Amino acid sequence: MTSDTVKTSPNYNYDVVRLFTLATIFWGVVGFLAGVFIALQMAFPDLNIEPYLNFGRLRPLHTSAVIFAFGGNALFATSYYVVQRTCGVRLWNDGMAMFTFWGYQAFIVIAALGYVTGVTQGKEYAEPEWYADLWLTIVWVCYLLVYLVTVIKRREKHLYVANWFYLAFIITVAVLHLGNNISLPVDFTGAKSYSVAAGVQSAMIQWWYGHNAVGFFLTAGFLGMMYYFVPKEAQRPVYSYRLSIVHFWSLIFIYIWAGPHHLHYTALPDWAQTLGMTFSIMLWMPSWGGMINGVMTLSGAWHRLRESPVLQFMIIAVAFYGMSTFEGPLMSIRAVNSLSHYTDWTIGHVHSGALGWVGFISFGALYYLVPRLWGREKLYSTKLVSLHLWIATIGIVCYIAAMWVSGIMQGLMWRSYDDMGFLSYSFVETVMAMKPFYIIRALGGVLYLSGSLIMVYNFWRTIRGDVNPKEDTQQQGAAA
Amino acid sequence: MSDDKHKPEIDEVSGVETTGHEWDGLQELNNPLPRWWVWVWLISIVWSIWYFVIYPAWPVPGGATEGTSGYTQYKELAESQAEIVARQAAYLERFEEASLEQIVNDPELYAFAVAGGASAFKDNCATCHGTGAEGAKGYPNLNDDDWLWGGRLSDIHQTLEYGIRADNWDTRMSQMPAFGKDGLLNAQEINAVVDYVLGLSGDEHHGDAHGAGAEIFQQQCASCHGTDGKGLREFGAPNLTDKIWLYGGDHATVYETVYYARAGMMPAWGGRLDENTIKQLTVYLHQLGGGEESVSNDEQEAIKPANH
Repeated sequence: MTSDTVKTSPNYNYDVVRLFTLATIFWGVVGFLAGVFIALQMAFPDLNIEPYLNFGRLRPLHTSAVIFAFGGNALFATSYYVVQRTCGVRLWNDGMAMFTFWGYQAFIVIAALGYVTGVTQGKEYAEPEWYADLWLTIVWVCYLLVYLVTVIKRREKHLYVANWFYLAFIITVAVLHLGNNISLPVDFTGAKSYSVAAGVQSAMIQWWYGHNAVGFFLTAGFLGMMYYFVPKEAQRPVYSYRLSIVHFWSLIFIYIWAGPHHLHYTALPDWAQTLGMTFSIMLWMPSWGGMINGVMTLSGAWHRLRESPVLQFMIIAVAFYGMSTFEGPLMSIRAVNSLSHYTDWTIGHVHSGALGWVGFISFGALYYLVPRLWGREKLYSTKLVSLHLWIATIGIVCYIAAMWVSGIMQGLMWRSYDDMGFLSYSFVETVMAMKPFYIIRALGGVLYLSGSLIMVYNFWRTIRGDVNPKEDTQQQGAAA
Repeated sequence: MSDDKHKPEIDEVSGVETTGHEWDGLQELNNPLPRWWVWVWLISIVWSIWYFVIYPAWPVPGGATEGTSGYTQYKELAESQAEIVARQAAYLERFEEASLEQIVNDPELYAFAVAGGASAFKDNCATCHGTGAEGAKGYPNLNDDDWLWGGRLSDIHQTLEYGIRADNWDTRMSQMPAFGKDGLLNAQEINAVVDYVLGLSGDEHHGDAHGAGAEIFQQQCASCHGTDGKGLREFGAPNLTDKIWLYGGDHATVYETVYYARAGMMPAWGGRLDENTIKQLTVYLHQLGGGEESVSNDEQEAIKPANH
């Protein structure tokens, strides 16, 4: 694999990729830390520090930090790397690419400052107010331009599958962002704005956005990542070209309809609920197409899996992807949703996708990228990668198992009534029953955060050019 | 593998043909779609179409397709609620007509009231009074017989219906003076009366029964709390001799109480909860431990012979 070293012609733009990589690592730790803190606030409410650091303000800070800051930077970094490598050309327009970096970091900081000072438009995953939305629009259009022009001036005749997914992600997120943020500022010197749509229309637009943020940001984008880094690390061809085409088009066509399943048993008309639910069911196999292609790419390279904890990260990610894309359609079924909705089960579901799929595929990609971007022979320590893998995996299992039990218990307690038709439990009793699980969840978060700190250390030593002496001698012994 | 050929070749490991493209060393095999994948997907589509037929599903001019089952979420809600109504119907008809005394004396209605009261209590009252009605600082424990405003069924019902210091004309109302804040007593006098009050409940370190504190108590406090300090329910004035303290029985807290006064409030539940629920809560609270007979013992003695 000589083509993997840094100094290959053409002269790829790795400067911006390196910056995005560092930003990914930084925001990842920030986002995980915020998550651990708000998880502890749930178990120990005294930790709410009023007003700037209460749960209500930190919760969007956490979700935005992990989705948009960690996930977003990971997508920028890998998409800029992958598009150059698979198109065989340097990234178009160094200046604009660098602007997307600083512009995107500025957006993150502007949004975060809004959250802690109580500025929000009250839309989940779209909390930033109009001024931040406008700024992000400018940055995102530049991102699309840089990516698209690079694709257009490519040297390869065909476009590699990863780029389809990255493009679908960039374009659709632009559409979603514009569609869900149509609002009128009260005045141009203030933060407050009012949404143009109101009532159930506003709710429907919000969940069309919210669900497709999951679909196109956290699924399509990261599938693009998977389609490059899994075959690279496994050193195997992608399992099925045909499957990649069919599941790509079916995924992006069906996903966009599934949003109404977030509004079961609300003011949303029955017909819209049914459509949202059925499209979620039909989405199951298109989602699994990506999992099949990821897992089956490893067939014939199982020895690579044994040797490479980086590949293990990726394969566990794909397994979590498969699990949460099965759980999602299941939870969209109206009868299941009547139990799961508004409970911790939803939180568990989201985190099996976020910690398991998004987090792990990103860690895998980062471990692949860092030595190559900084021109190092190998990582400082492969054993530390293994340690990170296991600590984080145990963390996820603690997290999602606690939330499953807690959420299903919560749902059952809410709906339980006695022979005489009286409710069996009060709300506060359900909260008290959930407390032990809140603590287990926080513990899972601590493990996950610890794993990421091990990664930070490993990267710091790698970038410095160190190699763990123990592992180095083994390597020399094997080579001799 | 790193050749730049653009024609299909055979992958050595799997024996499957590639598509012939290559990007940055990456290739793709030309495997067909997995059969099971195609089948499960088709089944999910067929299932969805079946669902479209049965349930409201597609928007059409003037509304949406209704589905053959006639389902609406409002019907589902009504059905779920009907189940509860059916379970309660057996009791409710008689319950609505019955007086509180009749409910207490009818085992079936009594059980119904206690169950309903327990459920309503946890959702409405537990926030302040605790899930076990054990109370908290400023919120009375409802398990004991130390009633501020009375522990008969009718008293409890009145308190629930109209609240305490709530926003209506029939609410229970009284106001302790803020002796320190309003300059009625100086610090020395307050300390003296606090010592006396602590002595009333048998705290040996305090309570000179003949000192200044006693004198102040009789002048300032006895009109509501009684000359013996055992309280007067007419004013919701607590019994000060029983070692049960609503805000705390240490010197500093009692000093604070005398200095600033206390005026706890409870919302009126009439209008928020229906009459049946208030009756259930009344019976539930009455049986928690401190419920008092509907008539006083003296009156009961007087009535007894007539009943025999």
